[in-house]
Amino acid sequence: MEDVRVQTDEFDAGEEIRRLRSVSSEVGGISTFVGVVRDINEDDEVSALYLEHYPGMTEKQIRTIIAEARTRWDVLGAIVIHRVGQLYPADPIVFVGVASRHRGDAFDACEFIIDYLKTRATFWKKEQTLDGDRWLETRASDVEAASAWES
Amino acid sequence: MITCLFFASVKEEAGTDRIELDAEGINDVSSVIATLGSQSTQFADALARENLLIAVNQTMVDSRQEVGDGDEVAFFPPVTGG
Repeated sequence: MEDVRVQTDEFDAGEEIRRLRSVSSEVGGISTFVGVVRDINEDDEVSALYLEHYPGMTEKQIRTIIAEARTRWDVLGAIVIHRVGQLYPADPIVFVGVASRHRGDAFDACEFIIDYLKTRATFWKKEQTLDGDRWLETRASDVEAASAWES
Repeated sequence: MITCLFFASVKEEAGTDRIELDAEGINDVSSVIATLGSQSTQFADALARENLLIAVNQTMVDSRQEVGDGDEVAFFPPVTGG
């Protein structure tokens, strides 16, 4: 089971966990990650975030990342939901959920998917701060986190 | 025709989100960039950035990638999702 969605609407993490639980009676663990909009970035107050993406390519990239996770770990189900458009501090922005037979696979696959998503999926964030709008730059720590899976 | 798409800061610098190019005389991404650059300095500047990323038909490529009639070529900065 696999579900990849890019949407403006908020998601219901509880509902997604229920869906992952019902994938198979073999599911023994579900690991989830929810990303949230922060109100401070690089010492500046962030009043809002605008997210843009490349429709079609984004979904394709995420499906490729999930396929890669499946070659490394036991994945019975995976759901990735990423929001786009205007978001505000404390808004949930991304959901990654992985169902596996055992927790180790669920934890690792979930972390791998979010790490790769941050450096490979075609999303771009523009922050609105008191000093004006600015496009975010890729963080070196995100690149390192994704690279760590390659060693 | 070749469809050129621009995203995020590259879109803002280019001043548009898409443009159609006649495929005649174009054989790779480099020639797409050269053709766009010859149309306006705005395109030339937007596509001159060091960290420019390129996708052809929604797959990441480098500027040597061959392109032709019917292809979709996208230009964008490093991604910042998640």
